[in-house]
Order: sequence, then structure tokens, then C-alpha cells
Amino acid sequence: MSKAEILIIDDEPQIRRLLQINLESNSYKVIQATNGKEGILLAANHLPDLILLDIGLPDKSGHEVLNELRQWYNKPILILSVISSENDIISALDRGATDYLTKPFRTGELLARIRAALRRSQTESNDVVITLANLEIDLVARVVKQSGKIIKLTATEYNLLALFAKNESKVLTHQYLLKEVWGYGYRNETQYLRVFVASLRKKIEENPNNPKHLITESGIGYRFQ
Amino acid sequence: MVCSLLITMTTLTSQLSINYIGYQGAALLYLLVVSITAMLFDIWPVLLTALASAILLNFFFITPVYTFKIVSPEDILMFFMYLILALVNTVLTYKIRDYNSKRRDEEEKTKAINLYNILLNSLSHELRTPIATIIGSIDTIQEQEIILSKAHKKELYNEISTAGLRLNRQVDNLLNMSRLEAGILKPSLDWFDINELIFKVINQNQEFTQHHHISFTPQQKLHLIWTDGGFLETILQNLIYNALQHTPKNTTVLIDTDFKIDSLEIQVSDNGLGFPKERIASVFDKFYKLNNLATGGTGLGLSIVKGFTEALGGTVSLTNKKTGGALFIIKIPSKTTSLNSLDNE
Repeated sequence: MSKAEILIIDDEPQIRRLLQINLESNSYKVIQATNGKEGILLAANHLPDLILLDIGLPDKSGHEVLNELRQWYNKPILILSVISSENDIISALDRGATDYLTKPFRTGELLARIRAALRRSQTESNDVVITLANLEIDLVARVVKQSGKIIKLTATEYNLLALFAKNESKVLTHQYLLKEVWGYGYRNETQYLRVFVASLRKKIEENPNNPKHLITESGIGYRFQ
Repeated sequence: MVCSLLITMTTLTSQLSINYIGYQGAALLYLLVVSITAMLFDIWPVLLTALASAILLNFFFITPVYTFKIVSPEDILMFFMYLILALVNTVLTYKIRDYNSKRRDEEEKTKAINLYNILLNSLSHELRTPIATIIGSIDTIQEQEIILSKAHKKELYNEISTAGLRLNRQVDNLLNMSRLEAGILKPSLDWFDINELIFKVINQNQEFTQHHHISFTPQQKLHLIWTDGGFLETILQNLIYNALQHTPKNTTVLIDTDFKIDSLEIQVSDNGLGFPKERIASVFDKFYKLNNLATGGTGLGLSIVKGFTEALGGTVSLTNKKTGGALFIIKIPSKTTSLNSLDNE
């Protein structure tokens, strides 16, 4: 688990340095590329465990690099972007990016995302019971317990929560959630999501108005953590 | 186009009334038309009109008519006098117009420069303060490493972090302002849970509420509105941040929502001092700041509120409450739905 190798593809030396210091202090091995071409080459030679990819590169757009990488690289790719353009992020997630962070980001958050992404990719998630804080989700019995007590959920609420639990800490886009839980024809019916997220929060969050588990990613989707 | 039409009409009118006005009258009519066109159009079409009118005058009205010949010395004098008058008239009118428009441009430029100076002043203050904090704190930490107490170091780190966040907020506001200025602000609409949105902004402002209270009681029903959530967040963020920054300690900021079938109303009020009456009208102007504010700010916040509200087709108003304190009302036309419960899946 430790000594995972991480490839940074970013043209800004200061950001690379900051990432390198943080990652190495947390005992990751770091390799770096300053542009897309070099990045793809390094990725092919080293097959790192995770790639941090800046979306605004000098030679080719991060989207192109992402497309090329995803043809043969199936480990986590985290997108870094200064532009908080929601469409940009959604399109990167659709092309197979594992997660995203917008600059400026807090390093604590960065490390948490990296840990979660590595955990998901390294342990085949065949767990039948997923535990998170005081929540326990039994995927076989279809039962959700909070601090040992069973919470009553409707079928749709359960399906949504189970999908979140299987993708713990990963951002899931509105379209993806709607497609998976309601079906392809409902992929633009955001109001269903709003309604069921609100009702799920009432049941599983200590303070539904300041959620700690089911987090809204403005304009993009939700993250369960 | 219009010039030639005018000149043709003049020719026709003069032709019809030649018996009453004589060819001197016709010449005066042409001159009038040339003067009018000079006031309305650019110099080249007007010069052409002047020349054409001289030729038409000669052809149709100066004897022998229907030829380009002029016989009597009186008519020759008259023809050239007309030509010179028409041309001088054209050029002079053009020069006056040119001068006027230049002066207007200059006035606007001066206004823009003044605005720019105000922006630069408040910006350099708003950006330099956090930058100075960051550089100063780092210097202290690097140079006084040994003598600094742990508590002081921690304080300095906190200062650096706050300064960074403040810089980021200013840059966000500048970007928002330039998006507004460029007119490229297009809302992308979707369903949003208004309670969630408001709580999100409240939670984001938690760090500024040591000395203030924010109060919002959500309605029991779940309200969804069809809008651009990012825009609405920006509006609320600026209103709430503004209220927290510019009201005295222990002020309560109150948020209220009201739903109609086709619109949403959000009220943000406080029990602070309110705005000076004579200044209420200009608070939404760009770079407007109350002079006596010690709290700084670029004066961009409220104009961003106005710009984003209008981009959603809505309106924003400000009044002082009878009980004291300011009351902002945002009205946004939008589809809404309300749900009582979710049991009937």
C-alpha cells in the first residue's frame, strides 16, 4: 500500500514542487512531467499507480492526454484544474477521469482524494457490507444501519445510497446517478435527484442542513464520504 | 441611398413649383437639403450630394435647361457660388460634428480613467493587504524561526491561510465582474433545492460569524426552483458576506424565502445601522463604497449582485427597515415546484 508511485503532469513548477513535497512526505514515490507528451511517455514506461493531470497544459489539452491515457491506462487519474468550469470537469469525468480538484485546493483534501482513489483501485470492492462512520450498508440483505439501528429507506433511496456507498469518496455526476438509479430516459431529470438526496440526508445526516456524508459538488454532482 | 432619395425628391418638388419659386428658390432648396444631410451623414456621401445637387441644379433649372451649359455671367456666378456654399457648408458641419463627438469621447475617456483609478486604488489595497500579510508572515517565520513561540507561529500560519482565501475571493469577484462586463454571462438552468443552496452559502461563511449570527428557518416543504444555481450562490454569497463585513458586532443576518408558482423571492436583512438614505440609490453602482467604511472592500460585491440577478431576469432592491438595518430583496422569475412528502414513490 505504501510507496505507491504517482505521476504528476503539470507545467507549473511551483505546483509540481508543492505536490511533490506533500506526496513524498506521505511516502509516495513521485515522478514528474511538464507537458502532455512527456506525461504519456512516462506513464507508459513507469505504469504509475495514480496520475495527477493538470487540464491546462502547454502542448495539448489535458482532455486529449486523458483520452490517450484511457486507451490503455486503467488506474486512477485525478484532474487538477484552475478553471472551475463545470462543463470542463463533467466532460473530464465522462472521459474516464477518476476525480477532480480545482486549484487552489487544500492539501488535506488532495491527500484524502488520492488515498480514496488508490484504495478503490487496489482493493477489488467485493465487500458485501460497507461501513462509513456510523453507517453500515449491507448490500446483500439490502439493509442500512446507523449506529446499529436499522434505518427505513424506500427502494429508490436505498438504490441511491448503495450506489454512493460503492463509490465512496468519488464524485458522481448527476447524469450518471440518474442513469444508474432511474434509467437512461431519466438522465436529465435532476429534480428527482434533488428530492431523494434531500430525503436521504434527513435520514442519514446528523445535521441535514450541513451534510458531512452526502456532499454537493456544485454544478457537477454528489460525493459520498 | 437616403441622400440620393432626398436630392431626387428636391428635384421633383422644385420642378413642380419652378413657376412659383424660380431657379434661385430651387438653389436655396437644394442648399437646405445639403445642410440637412450634412448634419445626419458622414462626409463622403454628403460631398457627393453637394456635387450632385450642383449638377442637377445646372441641368434642370439654370437656363438653358436640360443642358449642362450655362450662358449668362450672372448664372455662372450663381452656379459657382452655389457649389462653393454647398461644399463649405458640408465641410464645416462635418468639422463641428467631428469636434463634438471627439469631445464626447474624451469626456467618456476621462470618466473611464476616473473609474479605473478608483478600481486600481481599491484593488491595490484589497490585493496588497493579503499579499503583505503572506510575505510578512513568511519572513517572520523564516528569520525569527528560533525565538518564535509555537503559538505565535500557529497564528502566523493562520494569517497566511486567511490571506490566501481572501486573495482567492477577490480574484473570484474580479472574474465575475469581467464576465458581467463582457456580457458573456449566460445562465445554465437546472432544478435546485433552494434550502440546500442557502445553507451551503451559510456554511461557507461560518468562519466570518464569530461576532455575527445568521438566521434562516427553512420552510417545511421541499422547494425546487429552475435556475442557475451558481449565479444564485454568487448573489447570496455576496449579500451575506457584505452584511457580515459591514455591520456592527452581534448583528443578526436574517434570510427569508417566499415562493410563488412563477417566481422566487429571497430577503436578506440585518438589524445593523442600515444605509444612509441619500446613498441607497447608488449602492449597486460599480466600485461604489461608503466613504467611512473601515472594513475595506472593492465596492464590487453589490454590483455583482445586481448584475447576476439581472442575468437571471430578476431584480434587486434595497430599503432600510423601520426597525433599523438594511433589507435586500431579490426577485427572480423561475419555475418552482413544492413537495410535501416523498412517501408516494
